[in-house]
Amino acid sequence: MDTNDNRPVFLDLRRIRFPAVALVSIGHRVSGVMLFASLPVALYLFGLSLQSAEGYDRVSSLVAQPLFKLLLVPYAWFLSHHLFAGIRHLLLDMEIGVEREQARLGAGLAIGAGLIMLLIALVAVW
Amino acid sequence: MRVPSGGLRTWELQRVSAGYLALFTIWFAAHLILDPPADYQQWYAWVAQPWVKTAFILFFVALLAHVWVGMRDVFMDYVKPVWLRFVLRLSMMVLLLAMAAWILQIMQRVVPA
Repeated sequence: MDTNDNRPVFLDLRRIRFPAVALVSIGHRVSGVMLFASLPVALYLFGLSLQSAEGYDRVSSLVAQPLFKLLLVPYAWFLSHHLFAGIRHLLLDMEIGVEREQARLGAGLAIGAGLIMLLIALVAVW
Repeated sequence: MRVPSGGLRTWELQRVSAGYLALFTIWFAAHLILDPPADYQQWYAWVAQPWVKTAFILFFVALLAHVWVGMRDVFMDYVKPVWLRFVLRLSMMVLLLAMAAWILQIMQRVVPA
């Protein structure tokens, strides 16, 4: 590939603007990939909990572990951010909230709702 | 008129599956919070009810479809070498089929008492 060494490069992270609509979008992707990555663990626990009374008790005691609860905190954000950003996407598809100001508001609401769920999860684990 | 091809179908699939996943997630979370199972027997009996079991199976079908389209979109945007993209998508298919078999194995054991 041909590269032109005189191209201007602008990667000053303090000056690159990252508006809410960009944050909600990249957050949607990151949370989606993380949910997918945690799927085998979720399936394992789901299967074990239904296998036998012993399996159910093992899952219950594991879920009660402080370390496991701590792992659930980011998971609460992955799940809720992905859900709220997804609902925003479905509304945009129905042409609700497409105008710039509304789009910003919607993005802010989705990010905020995800962060509130994260906070609730943190308090619940405390 | 053009018949909707791959792109539009997967676009629709992603939205239909998203709608079901959202409804199921809210319903399941509400159940766990409002009426948490007290022990194994209660949990098992709840999942084993035909309509709950059906809702779970539909959830897993929607989930695997959603993962397939979502990860495909991520690969298409960030993985440039065609051969690597092919390898990733093939691995994804194998992984999702394995998960489907695993889910089937879990769900078929759950039968009403």
